[in-house]
Amino acid sequence: MIDFMFYFLAALTVLSALMVPCSRNPVNGAMFMIVSFVGTAALFALLQAFFLAIVQVLVYAGAVMVLFLFIIMLLNIEKTQALKVNRGIAALSIVAFLAMVAAVWFLFVEGRAGPFPALPAGAVPASLTKHFGYELFTKYMLPFQVTGFLLLIAMIGVIYISKKPADETVDATADAKGANR
Amino acid sequence: MSIGLNAYLTVAGLLFAIGFFGVLLRRNTLVIYMCLELMLNAANLALVAFSRYNLTEKNPMMDGNVFVFFIITVAAAEVAVGLAIIVQLYRKRQSVMVDEIAVLKEP
Repeated sequence: MIDFMFYFLAALTVLSALMVPCSRNPVNGAMFMIVSFVGTAALFALLQAFFLAIVQVLVYAGAVMVLFLFIIMLLNIEKTQALKVNRGIAALSIVAFLAMVAAVWFLFVEGRAGPFPALPAGAVPASLTKHFGYELFTKYMLPFQVTGFLLLIAMIGVIYISKKPADETVDATADAKGANR
Repeated sequence: MSIGLNAYLTVAGLLFAIGFFGVLLRRNTLVIYMCLELMLNAANLALVAFSRYNLTEKNPMMDGNVFVFFIITVAAAEVAVGLAIIVQLYRKRQSVMVDEIAVLKEP
């Protein structure tokens, strides 16, 4: 049963991820991306990282993709540009893609990447959110604080960047100076 | 359960390859950015799989998972900043195609 779940979720994740670069409309791409993220969250749950599965759905499939869809619809891309692909670049990227797939096949499907340990039996501490919180507030206290500070910096940066175009700001300051004079 | 670590790493590798393919192929900045997120996600999946399969008494699987937690947080901040930059670029140039934003290439 778990085998079937894994194959189903892996196929769902990979196929919907493949539709992201291949769909013409960026909105469709973003929708397939959400499906792919939810599939990854389910794979996290299969690996018994339940807290990370929930965080993945909340942060990635929720917040990040809503932001993406919002920006795509705000900029109204699909009307302005059609999908034009340079033939040379397309051939090159397909060759690079096939090379990476061949590397994945060689390493992991044929199993040359070395013998990995089998799935350990027994209790999985990380499946409990309690242990997660304990680790975050003891061993990883400094990274936790730094990450919070990073989020604050990102917030200030985003507000500053998206405030006004630079030329308009220059005009506004020029006007203010003129008014002062 | 017969699913080994190799199977998860295969999925992660394929996701990374797809993201890389999209970054090379597409010229829409937003789609390129989505494909970057896909690659980040593949790395997360590989980290969680590694930490699950290397679980022992002394190593209770937390390090890889906490690492993934921090990666998700930083990725959310990164997406916010990147999308703000893209919006600003669109305001200036009325386009998000990478070949029309080649200001540094022009003399």
